[in-house]
Amino acid sequence: MIEFARNVRLWFAPREIGEEGHTPDYRFSLANERTFLAWLRTALALIGGGFAVDQFLPDLRWGWRVGLALALLAAGVLCSLRAVNHWVRCERAMRRGEDLPVSRFPALLSLAVTVVAVAMVVVVLVRGNG
Amino acid sequence: MRDPGLQPERTRLAWRRTTLSGTVAAVLAGRTALHGGPSSARIAVCAVCCVLWVCFLAVAHRRIRTLATTGDDGPPALAARHATAAALCAVALAVCGALLVL
Repeated sequence: MIEFARNVRLWFAPREIGEEGHTPDYRFSLANERTFLAWLRTALALIGGGFAVDQFLPDLRWGWRVGLALALLAAGVLCSLRAVNHWVRCERAMRRGEDLPVSRFPALLSLAVTVVAVAMVVVVLVRGNG
Repeated sequence: MRDPGLQPERTRLAWRRTTLSGTVAAVLAGRTALHGGPSSARIAVCAVCCVLWVCFLAVAHRRIRTLATTGDDGPPALAARHATAAALCAVALAVCGALLVL
């Protein structure tokens, strides 16, 4: 968590990243940028999914609908914040010539998506029978 | 420099895909905002979503233009504040969504 707070400062301070180590091959930086953008798209898809649950499942009970929508929106927020954080960490590691950071986040996100998907299946089945 | 991987080109297209995702999310946000009948609060949230979308487009446009400038060692790396701005647009869109859903 302290590490995260330290990285947040770097999000807004491009110079501090630029002063460390040496500039890597630009292709590595661009690859890192594309990974960041892919995570941002994932975040935007989760946020769009939150809106879609709210809009296109009007028959759902209020609690379920709002709960699912908020869960997806929260996942989108986490995913986009983590996208910047991971980009900063990778950029810094490349400059310093260290190993790239490893992350538990992809596993956590896939578990969260699994839970939401199972919840959707349950909701659809229960409504189909009821 | 010879670049058989077309890295700037691929990065440009990645920004394009991301603006497309952002547009879809913003359209869904606008639909949600105006669905429950127009009230002044809902129109305000819809306007905020539109502004966020424009901000995101501006960041993407700037970056795409920078990517087009090729020096000896390729285009400059993405600035941290632009990455943060793009991500914060997504976060703010989600916050608007949470306000609308509740």
